[in-house]
Amino acid sequence: MHALKLAIRNALRHKLRTTLTVVGLIVAVLAFGLLQTVVDAWYAGARAASNGRLVTRNAISLVFPLPVSYEARIRGVEGVNAVVRSNWFGGVYQDPKKFFAQFAVSDNYFDLYPEFVLTEAERRDWLRDRKGCLVGRQLAERYGFKVGDVLPLRGTIFPGTWEFVVRGIFEGADDTKITMHFLFHWDYLNESLRKAGRGRADQVGMYIIGVANPDNAATVARAVDATFKNSLAETLTETEQAFQLGFIAMSNEIIAAIRIVSYVVILIILAVMANTMSMSARERIAEHATLKTLGFGPGYIVLLILGESCVICAIGGGLGIAATPPTAAAFKQFTGGIFPIFTVSGATLAMQAACAVAVGVIAAIVPAVQAARVRIVEGLRAIG
Amino acid sequence: MNIPFSYVARNLWTRRLTTLLTAGGLALVVFVFATVMMMDAGLKRTLVTTGERDNVVVIRKGAETEIQSGISRDQAGVIEMHPAVAIGAAGTRMVAKESVVLISLLRRGDEKPSNVVIRGASARSLELRPQVRLAAGRPFRPGTSEIIVGSSIAARFDGTGIGDQIRFAQRSWTVVGIFDAAGSGFDSEIWGDVEQLMQSFRRNSYSSMVARLADPGLFESFRADVGADPRLSNEMKREQTFYSDQSRALSTFINVLGLTLSVIFSIGAMIGAMITMYASVANRVGEIGTLRALGFRRSSVLGAFLVESLLMGLAGGAMGLALASFMQLTSFSTVNFQTFADLSFRFVLTPGIAAQSLLFALAMGLAGGFLPAVRAARLNIVDALRAA
Repeated sequence: MHALKLAIRNALRHKLRTTLTVVGLIVAVLAFGLLQTVVDAWYAGARAASNGRLVTRNAISLVFPLPVSYEARIRGVEGVNAVVRSNWFGGVYQDPKKFFAQFAVSDNYFDLYPEFVLTEAERRDWLRDRKGCLVGRQLAERYGFKVGDVLPLRGTIFPGTWEFVVRGIFEGADDTKITMHFLFHWDYLNESLRKAGRGRADQVGMYIIGVANPDNAATVARAVDATFKNSLAETLTETEQAFQLGFIAMSNEIIAAIRIVSYVVILIILAVMANTMSMSARERIAEHATLKTLGFGPGYIVLLILGESCVICAIGGGLGIAATPPTAAAFKQFTGGIFPIFTVSGATLAMQAACAVAVGVIAAIVPAVQAARVRIVEGLRAIG
Repeated sequence: MNIPFSYVARNLWTRRLTTLLTAGGLALVVFVFATVMMMDAGLKRTLVTTGERDNVVVIRKGAETEIQSGISRDQAGVIEMHPAVAIGAAGTRMVAKESVVLISLLRRGDEKPSNVVIRGASARSLELRPQVRLAAGRPFRPGTSEIIVGSSIAARFDGTGIGDQIRFAQRSWTVVGIFDAAGSGFDSEIWGDVEQLMQSFRRNSYSSMVARLADPGLFESFRADVGADPRLSNEMKREQTFYSDQSRALSTFINVLGLTLSVIFSIGAMIGAMITMYASVANRVGEIGTLRALGFRRSSVLGAFLVESLLMGLAGGAMGLALASFMQLTSFSTVNFQTFADLSFRFVLTPGIAAQSLLFALAMGLAGGFLPAVRAARLNIVDALRAA
């Protein structure tokens, strides 16, 4: 207790230096927390995926479609509840920078995705209008889409300019759901392609399968793939989560780089903190020698320096952690929906705290050991 | 009169541990800064060298990448016969009609699937890309299920050595050669015979076509003719522009993320420099008083402390750059957001990046050292001498 009081007093002796170090710590802990949250945000889609859904696509790769005739055969597989057709549309709205995901889906989409909520009236309006589309709440807010708006999309995969009328805005059932996508009738896409000729109609990008019992998902996936073995279009079926994680894995070196960089900022602040502590210890050599003369052991000196270092880190780390959630909220606003889910997890906060403690302890090691070893006579002779 | 440089440098040396820790903090920031710039430079170099100056790429109007594009056989025939297309040695037209699709292969190491570009190439494809050279094995024979793989594919994906069989589209394809494309994007591709690949993927149209211009100046008129022809729904770009456009999204992402991080991190390092310099001033109040009493001006004292912090910044910058230069030994691979295919590129350190990194380090040193230097310069001679 005594030592803690002394450590706090010591920390406050050099107000300017302590303030600067604390500011540095706040910045570092905050930056670390935000970077970890960016990595978490990357995985938000996969975390939101249901384990009751499977995704079936062409085994070669996603650019190859599957015949529409597969739907009936998938429906016939034991354990399959519902099947939704889905095609990636890849249209450009005004400018390629205004990217959002667009899917042509069959009309029973919302049966498989109960986490997206649509009012009965909106659903009816959508079903009635072949050119109707639905947008997610987050997407609608980002670009200001309203019900009744006509959205022209320039097709990159399917040539031409396509017009859609917004018939409804669907909400996420809770805040972990990402509603950044755009849905329209698969039949509209298919009929237009049929009219255009060129043999691109009657093809489905992927089938989303609802499984009656999620525990049987793996069995159902194997059964679906077995059905189409050695056909012209072999399939690859995996859970929705594995499918999403597959996308993330493709850019996993970027994620790894962000992770590494988030620790670099901790190293930077460690260097700053170690510098502060070695300065403090050097200035107080004479004091430490005096303490030793009075009979305090080297352990007490170590405790003093360690305590001072930890006090500074606790203040800086604490303020940094406290500032993380509001900063994350501001960051989410500022980036305007690039990260639809951007919430700081408990694990991130815990890691921030762990890093602050680690910095406090490691920064104190060298100065503390040096101070503990100093001989009384040399210490008394030293001048600040 | 100026305070001698050796006085400044020795001050840093006397307090080695502090100088090292502060410069270390600066070095880490410079490392992040330089690495990001090197990554971007590597990406740009990879995609720019992918294109030849005299080559044009034709794709379907509205398509942004070869994957999305489609050109029917008769359209390709019309474009091929345009007088702007160069004629090769044997009297054939310098045109390669290609089919580009993605297949998913398992990466070596983590066994995760990643998308790889597979390019159906024709007889002229290699001639049109002089940077592509066979490094091992032999070229694929037209009309067979033989393929050749790019060097970074061979290094990073399972089962892509010579003699290995890769199975897709209901056939087994034999790897017969490994090609090296001099660090361009083709290194991340697999090539096979276009007719064989189109048959097995059941496609009847090409994805893109590449043509050599008879004269580089013919590009505009060629493009205008293709745009005006009612039989065609195609557009063309110079090959270099085409590939560098594909790096734009990834490059912006890397730059924005990297520069934001560098700026935030630099706050930490600047605070470190400031603490060190304040301490350096506080420890030398008596010395500063003596210097002033000897006749050195306030501006000289200010200059001396600024030079000290600049030197520290320079040391940090040099350390950071040295660390970053080791990154040149590694390569980086990620999915290109625009083409959706795996792309591998190296970190490239250019003189420009080195200069910018050092300038950044100096700026951080200056920003950290400015306030302490001002404090030193404003000390009153009498008070300062008394403090000693």
